[in-house]
Amino acid sequence: MTSARRLQSGGLVNRSRRIRFKFNGREYFGHPGDTLASALLAQGVRLFGRSFKYHRPRGVIGAGAEEPNALVQVGEGAYSTPNLKATQVELYEGLTARTVNGWPSLAFDVGAINNRLSRLLPAGFYYKTFMWPKSAWMRYEHHIRHAAGLGHTPSLPDPDQYDKRHAHCDVLVVGAGPTGLIAALGAARSGARVMLVDEQSQLGGSLLSAPAVIGGQTGFDWASEVEVELRSLPEVTILSRSTVTGYYDHNFLSVNERRTDHLGPMQSDTPGSRERLWRIRAKQVVLATGAIERPLVFDGNDTPGVMLASAVSTYIHRYAVAPGRSGAVFTNNDSGYQAAIDMANAGMEVRAVVDVRMKAGADVSNAVADMGIPIYLGHVVPSVQSGLQGLKRIELAKLSADGRDILSHKGLVDCQILAVSGGWSPVVHLHSQSGGRPCYRESQACFVPGASVQDERSAGACAGSFRLAACLQEGADAGVSAAAQSGWPGGYVDIPVTVERDEAPLQPLWEVPAGALAGDRVKKFLDFQNDTTASDIRLAAREGYRSIEHVKRYTALGFGTDQGKLGNINGLAILAETLGKSPGEVGTTTFRPNYTPVTFGTVAGRTLGEQLFDPVRKTAIHAWHVRRGAMFENVGQWKRPWFYPREGEELHAAVNRECLATRSSVGVLDASTLGKIDIRGPDASRFLNLLYTNNWDNLQPGRCRYGFMLGEDGMVMDDGVTTCIAPDHYLMTTTTGGAAAVMSWMERWLQTECPQLKVYLTSVTDHWSVMSVAGPNARAVIKTAGCDRNLDAEAFPFMSMQTGEVAGIPARISRISFSGESAFEISVDANQGLALWEAIMTAGRDYDITPYGTEAMHVLRAEKGYVIVGQDTDGSVTPVDLGMDWIVSKKKDFIGKRSLSRSDTDRPNRKQLVGLKTQDPSRVLPEGAQLVNTPHAERPVPMVGHVSSSYYSATLGHSIALALVKGGLSRMGGTIYAHLMDGSVVPATISSPVFFDPENERTKS
Amino acid sequence: MLQIECPWCGARDQEEFQYGGEAHIVRPENPESLTDTQWADYLFNRANVKGVHAEQWCHAAGCRRWFNVLRDTVSYKILAVYRPGEQPPGGEE
Amino acid sequence: MRKNRYSIFSLARNAVSYHQDWSEAWRSPEPAPSYDVIVVGGGGHGLATAYYLAAEHDVGRIAVLEKGWIGGGNTGRNTTIVRSNYLWDEAAHLYEKSLKLWEGLSQELNFNVMFSQRGVMNLGHTLQDMRDIYRRSNANRLNGIDSEILTPAEIKAKVPAMNVSSEARYPVLGASFQPRGGVARHDAVAWGFARAADARGVDIIQNCEVTGIRRENGAVCGVETSRGYIGAKKVAVVVAGHASVLADMADLRFPVESHPLQALVSEPLKPVLDTVIMSNAVHGYVSQSDKGELVIGAGIDAYTGYGQRGSFSIIEGNVAAIVELFPIFSRVRMLRQWGGIVDVCPDACPIISKTPVSGLYFNCGWGTGGFKATPGSGWVFAHTVARDEPHELNAAFDLERFTTGALIDEHGAAGVAH
Repeated sequence: MTSARRLQSGGLVNRSRRIRFKFNGREYFGHPGDTLASALLAQGVRLFGRSFKYHRPRGVIGAGAEEPNALVQVGEGAYSTPNLKATQVELYEGLTARTVNGWPSLAFDVGAINNRLSRLLPAGFYYKTFMWPKSAWMRYEHHIRHAAGLGHTPSLPDPDQYDKRHAHCDVLVVGAGPTGLIAALGAARSGARVMLVDEQSQLGGSLLSAPAVIGGQTGFDWASEVEVELRSLPEVTILSRSTVTGYYDHNFLSVNERRTDHLGPMQSDTPGSRERLWRIRAKQVVLATGAIERPLVFDGNDTPGVMLASAVSTYIHRYAVAPGRSGAVFTNNDSGYQAAIDMANAGMEVRAVVDVRMKAGADVSNAVADMGIPIYLGHVVPSVQSGLQGLKRIELAKLSADGRDILSHKGLVDCQILAVSGGWSPVVHLHSQSGGRPCYRESQACFVPGASVQDERSAGACAGSFRLAACLQEGADAGVSAAAQSGWPGGYVDIPVTVERDEAPLQPLWEVPAGALAGDRVKKFLDFQNDTTASDIRLAAREGYRSIEHVKRYTALGFGTDQGKLGNINGLAILAETLGKSPGEVGTTTFRPNYTPVTFGTVAGRTLGEQLFDPVRKTAIHAWHVRRGAMFENVGQWKRPWFYPREGEELHAAVNRECLATRSSVGVLDASTLGKIDIRGPDASRFLNLLYTNNWDNLQPGRCRYGFMLGEDGMVMDDGVTTCIAPDHYLMTTTTGGAAAVMSWMERWLQTECPQLKVYLTSVTDHWSVMSVAGPNARAVIKTAGCDRNLDAEAFPFMSMQTGEVAGIPARISRISFSGESAFEISVDANQGLALWEAIMTAGRDYDITPYGTEAMHVLRAEKGYVIVGQDTDGSVTPVDLGMDWIVSKKKDFIGKRSLSRSDTDRPNRKQLVGLKTQDPSRVLPEGAQLVNTPHAERPVPMVGHVSSSYYSATLGHSIALALVKGGLSRMGGTIYAHLMDGSVVPATISSPVFFDPENERTKS
Repeated sequence: MLQIECPWCGARDQEEFQYGGEAHIVRPENPESLTDTQWADYLFNRANVKGVHAEQWCHAAGCRRWFNVLRDTVSYKILAVYRPGEQPPGGEE
Repeated sequence: MRKNRYSIFSLARNAVSYHQDWSEAWRSPEPAPSYDVIVVGGGGHGLATAYYLAAEHDVGRIAVLEKGWIGGGNTGRNTTIVRSNYLWDEAAHLYEKSLKLWEGLSQELNFNVMFSQRGVMNLGHTLQDMRDIYRRSNANRLNGIDSEILTPAEIKAKVPAMNVSSEARYPVLGASFQPRGGVARHDAVAWGFARAADARGVDIIQNCEVTGIRRENGAVCGVETSRGYIGAKKVAVVVAGHASVLADMADLRFPVESHPLQALVSEPLKPVLDTVIMSNAVHGYVSQSDKGELVIGAGIDAYTGYGQRGSFSIIEGNVAAIVELFPIFSRVRMLRQWGGIVDVCPDACPIISKTPVSGLYFNCGWGTGGFKATPGSGWVFAHTVARDEPHELNAAFDLERFTTGALIDEHGAAGVAH
């Protein structure tokens, strides 16, 4: 196969190398420098896809990010990527692509029936039907969903990596066309740190697409020269294939750099990321984002072969592709003439230049006339004729003076390509995202940036300056002044000389009349991807949808993957005409990030997976638990041993064994994850008095006390034991999950509310390894391990702490028990944690010491009726509700105290903590089970409480549960019913929450 | 994406900071003397200003110090940063 | 006034005339000098309030005043999830009333709001999540609300795209599933209520900003607006993020704070996700629109914000969560993101209440979860305004609860993905 449409010379493609690729199953080839679109056009392909709603055949219309039609699925398997624009896909060897719409094939698409039915399917038709029968929507929806959608999600996880970089710069220049290049140069020469970001593979922007002379050289050579100088400057960073996708507050911009897609799928052993997200904080921003040409709106303007004039020029100049054998131009401004000249120079037969205006710029019209191309001034193309391969001929007609009617038909002109230009739309997206409000400029019929809200300025075409000399001047000024405002005043750049042509102004023609009878019968497309037509806009207005935002939402105008870059302005102008307003009064819809779509993987970056999604915290003893085969539970960010199964054991067997071993001999728990806060200073006890519900004035050094911390709303927030180490030194423990929040809470109170208190806080959670040795033989094990303290109960009573050595390791030893056993909590330097653990395990061998996990810990504490904050409380529970009035001081103030006396909070019938014993002792209630007063009841059933903790107690030989029950404290011995999800009803007896050793004899022993 | 000037560390990205809500809400000296309504006003009611808002921030991933910020809640522009205990600059605005 | 009734037949009839004869979905009247009830706020809740006032209560002349265009606030910015699987009785009954109204809403309004009952799944990632799921599902069942608990294998069968591997950082341990939950077309809800309210004589007045609430002797008598003073016997304020601003006009202080909340969509894809997925621990929720976009809700920003913009870092964390749950979405591209302003109460539950000013009513504080409540909120608020007393369904959602302490704390049950 040859490239029928490839020019013999010119362009930026490397003809000496062929790149093979497949499109819709057929083999093609292109060259380095090609996009998928240019290579296909070179090989004569005209049909690129089907539209979303009517499944009309569509060709490529643009040459870049604005392309609405040529959407492709690129790559295979895990590398398959949906919805790429063929105009932006760079070729690589072996690339495979297929169109995203069209079934069973692109040429024959059964969905095209919608085109026949289109009279029934105006904008918003779905709001008016599919309502009967009532139950049928789900069936309708099923079909609608399958007809809709574009590309396919890959079926396999993404093998590629993505990463992020943070950057600060003095000046960020967005866009490396002539304006951006000269701006970057002007800024960079000052010594400022400059970043230049451009979405294309090569710098140059419009200079790649059109002939230009700058300072006596070609525009391309000038751009290369500027690039060389920029690259030589140490503070300049140039990012190609990189799009500024979002402009956020405080001059924060996101950049999506595409690093490997042009090379094809990366091999798995290739290091590096596919894409990178740059998070840039810029002192000053220069927007040089250019402008996008807009189509003209006429009957059949979506026919394959109708292309933007600038895209035609781009294919010819940059890619050396003549997109057809013959062409014509339809324009309302001078820029269309360049496409005629380019087409003629590329050997295409140019049959007509149809100009809406009565007068064109002398230079371009003379040049076109000199080439023998007929110019039809005051004429339009009201409609076109097409065949299977797209455009065949255009109709030519004379336009009335007011632009509203066709005066006479002038016959048909054969052509394969119609290059259209309806003027230019400055790319004001980023300006708008930055908070600016684009305003309408009547003289150019376009929206230009309004006043700057952030530290940004627009220059060149994106500011409405479409002439090269003005772009260079504005770019230079913008770059130099941006650098100066960022603290680098020494920038400079000479403005090179350019050749300027005489220009005649544009004449807006938002919609080409279609002849007297046509009215809204014909389809003049505004949004090509969503098939929104001019008549849809009028229908919306007729039905009362008159805000541009309503029209957008009702007609789907601008909701495509091109985000309305081509059609929105035409749509809002037609709305304006319909409402008798100016486009400026109608205004634009909000421009939202992203400017172009960004891969989710890029936004996610590397914070994924088992290791990096959220940091994993492990104790110093973790490796031992892993060796022992522990199952782990996530508690906050921590991995805690949940239980240690022996061979063949499931959860309950292991937990029963661990509990029994602890109750009968000795168990050991890794308690290192509990939060630990070191509190120092002369006012430490005063501060504790504020934080905790109980009194801390009289706690002696070496003694420990349990405390509840409430929110100011009176609800339990955290709990733990705090030890007095010295009169001005305490160590607080918190729950594992609550540690960080409690630390923040305390710091906040100290700094904002009580700055007069001399208290200093240090988080020491990770400094200490803590293990709880519990059970009747705990004391013996520690003695065996070697301890320099007298561990007897009289010398070392419950709730006291001593410093000493265990197994030769300096330790704080505390008589604290969450298990209800005689227990010693030993804290050592985290570096020594594993050594101590192993020493304890060795010492405990004769006592069959058993490591136990969080599940056994939960059972042991529930047997004692100890609550777990966050499990037995849920943000609506006070200490009084937990039956712990004794811990609430009546004398002093503390955080949350006042809330406890509010009318609802001191109501007697609140939900209160009780124990439950199922009447079938082997039946373990599910945690979360709802409790009801009667075994049978109609729904809705009044619920009086729920089970917060529930286990089988191997020690007691029956199930136990903790529950919050309305007025539960006054219902001891009563019966309550759990109505379970499986429909069963389980009766239970309300009891004290303390099931084991209510006198605390073991704890104290 | 705010950039906040910590009074102690300088300008840093918003992600280093923790927001603390409306500033200058002083805990009542003697809560027990308040009515439920007065207590609820302290506890829950907020000015929720549309416009210039005095608010608390903490440089949580930095010096961990709390401070006050005057910020426009519409434009998100930061007008001033000041230390705890200080009154907002600009007086009675 | 009789409008075109919408149906396949009216579509066909109008196709003949190339759709030149459709009437306005709603009029654009000039404001009258006074009304019996003025609803401030032309979002879904305000329009629903006006509709039910007109349809179910005999209150005379009603106007809806909207400062911009109807449905332009949170109604048109949310992720359209509808469910009623709330933990606490008060919330469950209110949202279930709303869900029941949703089930007949297209027919009631003669406007297809595309309520798609494809089910809503709330994932559990920790043992405590699973306790909470059992507790909530169990409560839902006993309240007569459909709810199931799914194992990871059952989840995988319904949602093949999801990663339920035990190797994940926070593995999916299970889920609750409400089959009757789903999504709806958000704009259509505003437009449908507007059209139906207009047909019952309600004046919908756009581009009319309320700038003051005029009172006499402790009772409301009208509102100052950008289009002049309009008298009213009763004023019902439903302005979401701007509740405090309107409250301030009546010298009231509210327990709400306004925050940015963001959402985003992917490019359209062929069907890949058939139900709604919500996760608190991994922090995100996602469904697929009929058009094929993945519609993803992000978390709220901690700071007060009226800018309808949030922080990019929130989007980053949220997208990471979605890719963590759905690794095959990694190469899909994010098309568009936006933000709204949500007014959040301390207990994550709304205020639908009388106020100390006679004739002034507020409906606010829906936080991140107001869309699903749209019809129910309008229904109970209309009752409250018309009768000057709350319906039993919203009696608990009064302002008084912040004084008594009788909060309805849905934080534990609903968390971020509200």
